[in-house]
Amino acid sequence: MTANTRYRSRLLRSGKRDHIYTEKEYVGFATLPNQVHRKSVKKGFDFTLLVAGESGLGKSTLVNSLFLTDLHKDRKLLNAEERISQTVEITKHTVDIEEKGVKLKLTIVDTPGFGDAVNNTECWRSIEGYIDHQFEQYFRDESGLNRKNIQDNRVHCCLYFIPPFGHGLRPVDIEFMKALQEKVNVVPLISKADCLTPGEIKKLKERLREEIDKYGIKIYQFPDCDSDEDDEFKQKDRELKESTPFAVIGSNAVVEVKGQRVRGRLYPWGIVEVENPAHCDFVKLRTMLIRTHMNDLKEVTCDVHYENYRAQCIQTMTSKVNADNRVESPIPLFPLSTPDADTEKLIKMKDEELRRMQQMLQKMQQQMHEQDL
Amino acid sequence: MAATEIDIFSNEEKRSLELGGHVGFDSLPDQLVSKAVSQGFCFNILCVGETGIGKSTLINTLFNTTFESDEASHYLSDVHLRPKTYDLQESNVNLKLTIVDTVGFGDQINKEESYKPIVDYIDTQFENYLQEELKIRRSLHNYHDTRIHICLYFIAPTGHSLKSLDLVTMKKLDSKVNIIPVIAKADTISKSELHKFKIKIMSELVSNGVQIYQFPTEDEAVTEINSTMNAHLPFAVIGSVEQVKVGNKMMRARLYPWGSAQVENESHCDFVKLREMLLRVNIEDLREQTHARHYELYRRCKLEEMGFKDTDPDSQPFSLQQTYETKRKEFLVELQRKEEEMRQMFVNKVKETEAELKEKERELHERFEQLKRMHHDEKRNLEEKRRELEEEMNSFNRRKVAAETLMGQALQSCSQQPFKKDKDKKK
Repeated sequence: MTANTRYRSRLLRSGKRDHIYTEKEYVGFATLPNQVHRKSVKKGFDFTLLVAGESGLGKSTLVNSLFLTDLHKDRKLLNAEERISQTVEITKHTVDIEEKGVKLKLTIVDTPGFGDAVNNTECWRSIEGYIDHQFEQYFRDESGLNRKNIQDNRVHCCLYFIPPFGHGLRPVDIEFMKALQEKVNVVPLISKADCLTPGEIKKLKERLREEIDKYGIKIYQFPDCDSDEDDEFKQKDRELKESTPFAVIGSNAVVEVKGQRVRGRLYPWGIVEVENPAHCDFVKLRTMLIRTHMNDLKEVTCDVHYENYRAQCIQTMTSKVNADNRVESPIPLFPLSTPDADTEKLIKMKDEELRRMQQMLQKMQQQMHEQDL
Repeated sequence: MAATEIDIFSNEEKRSLELGGHVGFDSLPDQLVSKAVSQGFCFNILCVGETGIGKSTLINTLFNTTFESDEASHYLSDVHLRPKTYDLQESNVNLKLTIVDTVGFGDQINKEESYKPIVDYIDTQFENYLQEELKIRRSLHNYHDTRIHICLYFIAPTGHSLKSLDLVTMKKLDSKVNIIPVIAKADTISKSELHKFKIKIMSELVSNGVQIYQFPTEDEAVTEINSTMNAHLPFAVIGSVEQVKVGNKMMRARLYPWGSAQVENESHCDFVKLREMLLRVNIEDLREQTHARHYELYRRCKLEEMGFKDTDPDSQPFSLQQTYETKRKEFLVELQRKEEEMRQMFVNKVKETEAELKEKERELHERFEQLKRMHHDEKRNLEEKRRELEEEMNSFNRRKVAAETLMGQALQSCSQQPFKKDKDKKK
């Protein structure tokens, strides 16, 4: 009897009939994906999305259209005179949505006031601070003792809205994206794309891609699909990559088009359908963000951005530890303050004195030398 | 005496008389018109708005021609104004059109200084006109009037309200120029949103005390149309110079996959209203307002600054000549004072430098003395050493001689001794 047949007869005897028997030898770990699926469905997913851009570009409308909910029910919009010297706030909305048994805890982080004031120098600082704060919190939780229920509040994706009225990127756009490219996945979008004709959209996209390259801004890149996928998928993937940045339109209202009720905007000269791929790239964005790349976004945040932050954090801590000339202790949770600041000062003073005396000595020697001559 | 004569005239009653026949002075307006037509008109438009919002396109659409202008960049560090003058002709009317574009507006990260170049430009044009007016030999009818008659302020179609930059800039400009706000790229806003947006903008302007240009409603010919138009402010416009086939006609429109937004269709946008108001009905009123209100305000402020007044403390009218005289005297006195001051300063400076130089000379002298003394001491030391050395040398020589003679003697005696011995032996 070979080993396999022995195994099979043992299983028969024990009565395990979970998997299907075929004539070929079958071990059974092909059901791992199913197990993962079941477990993750039970655990639920979470996703944090940051939306940034000036007011009036349609951020809230787009988020509502993407997730088919109404997240901002009673929003208070400020008047122009109140916005002259406004600071950027960070507001968070969390919703739990469910689809076919899969639960998603969605957090939308909004940045009202960005780019609205007359003087917008460094208006992205508070956003940067928020992202760093989330990383820091996760870092601390991870290094803690009880790691069972870590809440992952790290920002997984940042949608940046570029206004379609200009000729390309503006200085504030460049500064913002450069400041955040190392901390979060930045996905730039052309907002309110219904004010551009198809030719203009094409030109603007090319312009934006050029400028993003020129200024070295690292936006989120789609991962290449595996080589064993079928051609249709590859074709779709290529199309997706070539149409970045996406030109999107959002709508809160439902209009009737050819007997169907769709989300759209009603104009005297026609109706814009949000979900029509010939009208805008909303469908592509939704596919990318939710249906295909949500997990990849989370992974890149965990593996790349968070790791960078963590490495930096640890490096600064260890350099402080080394400077104090102490024994290498296990990495402490909190960075140490310098306890020997006083002695360091004394040492510095003594060094100075020594140096001065040396200089005087040299001078005297020189003088004597001259006198001898 | 002259004063009483004038009084008599104003107290006289003005009587109106009936004409017996046709005199012909009802052709006065026509004479005026033909004169004005032969002179030509000039009109200056200032366009203020963010880069890429459609200023050049709208001007092209308004005048149905393409004024060449290159696309502006977003990366200018501050706002510049680009004036361009064109000569247009329609029927037999010549128009000298100047279009001033604001380049770089709204692009900087810190926009606190953005309004300054615009205000400075407007003031400069007023100043030039004022200078021309005050000249002794002036030629006002040949003068190319570059004062801005109208400012088209382009509001971005966010759908919510004005931007903070818009509010700040319009407040600074409303007392210097006629402002007409327009909502640019209006094909982004749907009808219901547009209505709300317009109301919001007007309420914000009113609550912040910004005075935009109101179309005049005194003249009966245009009062009706103007008052309806006033209710439609700000105009929501679309600009396009491309001809698109709609139905079976070619018209200017923007072609989208979902339809085409026609520029001259009143239900699509307010372009027709803007053109009507701006060019066909109120162009002369705009020029008049600029001259009578904004320019007069500027002139008054400027002259008051210079110290001119219309009435002196005794409420007697001041004559310009007197003011000139007093000003001149003041000026001369001021000049003299300044001269004195400068002279004083100069004298002081000279004294200071002299003192410094003297001090330096003294120091140098001292140093020289010191060095001389040192040199002297050294020399003396050297002399002493030399003497000592000589003495030593002399004593050495003496000893040497002594030693030599001693040695010579010793040698002699030595050499003699063996001789003696031999001699003894031989003996």
